[in-house]
Amino acid sequence: MSDLIPPFEWSTFLREPWSPWYLETTVRVMTMAFLVSASCGLVGVYLILRRLALVGDAISHSVLPGIVLAALLTHTLTGPVIVLGAVGAGFLTTILIETIHQNSRVKPDAAIGIVFSALFALGVVMVTFYAGDLHIDTDCVLFGNLAEVATEPGFPPAMIQAAIVLGITVLLIAGLFKELLVSAFDPTLARSVGIRARWIHFGLMAWLSVTVVTAFEAVGSILVVAMLIIPGATALLLTDRLWKAFVLATVHVAISVVLGYHVGLWLDSNLPAAMVSVGLGIFLVTWISSPSQGLVSRWWHRRRQHEPQQGLDPDLSPTTEEG
Amino acid sequence: MIRNSRQLGGIRRRLPEGRGLAFLLLAAGMILLPGFAEAARITDSADESIMDRAFRFLSFRDPSVRLAVVGCVLLGLCCGLLGTFIVVRQFALFGDMLAHAVLPGIAVGYLWNLSKQPLHLFLGAVVAGLVGAVLVNLIQQTTRLKRDSALGIVLGGFYGIGILLVTLIQRLPGDKSGLKSFLFGSAAALSEADVGLIALVSVVAVLLLGFLFPYFKAVSFDPTFASSIGIPAKALNYLLMLLLAWAVVSALQAVGVVLVSALLVTPAATAYLLTDRLYRMALLAMGFGMLAGALGAFLSALQTGLPTGPFIVLSASAVFCLAFLFAPRHGWVPRWRQRREQSQRIGRENTLKALFHLRESAGIGVKEAGTVTLSQLASHRGETPEEARRQVEELVRHGLAELGGEGTEIQLSPAGRARSAEIVRNHRLWELYLTNAANIAPDHVHDDAEKIEHVLGEEIVAELERALDQPSVDPHGKQIPSLSVSGKESGEEGTP
Repeated sequence: MSDLIPPFEWSTFLREPWSPWYLETTVRVMTMAFLVSASCGLVGVYLILRRLALVGDAISHSVLPGIVLAALLTHTLTGPVIVLGAVGAGFLTTILIETIHQNSRVKPDAAIGIVFSALFALGVVMVTFYAGDLHIDTDCVLFGNLAEVATEPGFPPAMIQAAIVLGITVLLIAGLFKELLVSAFDPTLARSVGIRARWIHFGLMAWLSVTVVTAFEAVGSILVVAMLIIPGATALLLTDRLWKAFVLATVHVAISVVLGYHVGLWLDSNLPAAMVSVGLGIFLVTWISSPSQGLVSRWWHRRRQHEPQQGLDPDLSPTTEEG
Repeated sequence: MIRNSRQLGGIRRRLPEGRGLAFLLLAAGMILLPGFAEAARITDSADESIMDRAFRFLSFRDPSVRLAVVGCVLLGLCCGLLGTFIVVRQFALFGDMLAHAVLPGIAVGYLWNLSKQPLHLFLGAVVAGLVGAVLVNLIQQTTRLKRDSALGIVLGGFYGIGILLVTLIQRLPGDKSGLKSFLFGSAAALSEADVGLIALVSVVAVLLLGFLFPYFKAVSFDPTFASSIGIPAKALNYLLMLLLAWAVVSALQAVGVVLVSALLVTPAATAYLLTDRLYRMALLAMGFGMLAGALGAFLSALQTGLPTGPFIVLSASAVFCLAFLFAPRHGWVPRWRQRREQSQRIGRENTLKALFHLRESAGIGVKEAGTVTLSQLASHRGETPEEARRQVEELVRHGLAELGGEGTEIQLSPAGRARSAEIVRNHRLWELYLTNAANIAPDHVHDDAEKIEHVLGEEIVAELERALDQPSVDPHGKQIPSLSVSGKESGEEGTP
């Protein structure tokens, strides 16, 4: 057990990465990780609000066959063709899910489960058959190789793509803020002011596919789920305003990237997994201690409500929590 | 209520439905039988052709092949059975969450004494799965986050921790070769202990669910009713979750973390398309699961180094596709055909109705022969003569009309006359009913009647006539055609 967790040395794990020898690697890895997980986190806020979290899960798995097919054609893992392949697979997923649950009695959740696992299985089979022709293997699908991608000399194309995707994500959110807000919280109002819910839905799915494929090479295709959901969920525990949720999700991403990098170095483990674990830790802490919705503050409020208050008819004092 | 509880008692008495389960177990046992035969192991050679491999697999001579097949088939059985309950309760993605969430537990179980001992892995995974399940419920209950987000958080977060631990273990000394096969599964790596565990879990699941079937059924479809008649719904829920966690854990070696959920959901959803009865659905799901397990084991044995999980999932998905397209009642093709037939029938009936109106305004009685011209029909419906001709030819094909006078004069056959009168009667009766009974203004009732006229049956019509006191005039002052005599001869058309 003792050789599992290496001794924690302050200087080795916190100072050394920032020393001149390692600075470039540190900055590159952190930048790459931040770029991909920030786009995921921002898209994720919106997924959570529209209760599409599990569709996000589904798409992050099911873009795999699209990626593999496109990679077989182009022999790289970045660039427009791969993005197109992923978007195609994302659309296929969305359409298949809708077809199954609209044309049969199978419920949406089962439809999601069937479609994504079938497409993912197809992707894995393709990877195992063509592993020789590709840069990806099953390890990459599961873990990603963040460090390799980020430390390619010069400006790695994956990093440039991630930066572009993050930039467009921010622009889209800024430009379509009102439309997104209305369609997330009040679909009826959205319809009445002429926002096409279907267009927004398909646009979101397409952009989700782009984000997922951009993150794919760095973090693999399953850890993406955590990067999609956890930042947004943490942010929504802390605020009631949409723009604050976007900001807080970005902050959550930044903290988990920096802390996760050091933890990953210390434990000598997979870096994205360490970042996700730190992210989950931050979520748990927030869940317990959030000022408005945390477990502690809710418990405190409930206790105060149960205390008999003077001058108030006990029957009128509210005893139930609002959901 | 009383009736329901008596029904439940009835189900309890009719438990011999469990015979089906016993039969399936027996069938699974039959596959085990070759295990007692002399094992003739063929040495592995890399340059075998696919045919040789297929033959070797099908001959069951290789003990590892037998183990793999038995393991996969039993898994299919067990996951299909449990999947039935999560599919009908719309818990489908719960299995996915459990499958990802057990990964850290497996890693910790491995760390226990640095070996791949099934018992430790099993315990660790079950504990991790249950912690995950409890966390999902807690997040859902105490925050504004919805179920799907809670599932996503636990799924992704636990998987992250699991990968963190697995990469830690990778650098430790010791036998860790099998640990990675947990991710995509490899049936060839199944040991006897693994298969024993799978068999144990399957037997426990089949026995428990078999004996408690009526209770699980009540809890799945009507939890409130179930707890009102004293069934411990909560305890049964936790039992189901525990069984699920066991099943997921025992499936990991063969199918892998990522794809276990498909083994739970896909066969059960396939069965759901084929039947309306829960016990039949469970049996079918077990059958499909076993089929998928056997097919997947076979396909992945055709070449070295192929992962088993994806092939099992692809086989299950293929079966689902077939059921989705061709299931007798809920399939896409039968439904499409039925819809097409119905819309064709409605089209014919609308033509008949137009002809009735024309005959009515020309003063031809309901039962009299009398011709209407094609151009009259076309101008009445605002269509081109070609369209009108096509519609009439459709009527001719069904024996409802005849075209005379060099193809320009339409003569309704007796059946056509009766059916057209029926449709118009239905329409006008319904208009009258809406005006009288529902107090809807006479100028608002047409559209509704336009739809209902095609589906009103004899009994409802008779009831309407009784309720409206055998009316003869509709709210717009038109005669409601009486069918007291001609009603008999209308039987040939109308039923889809």
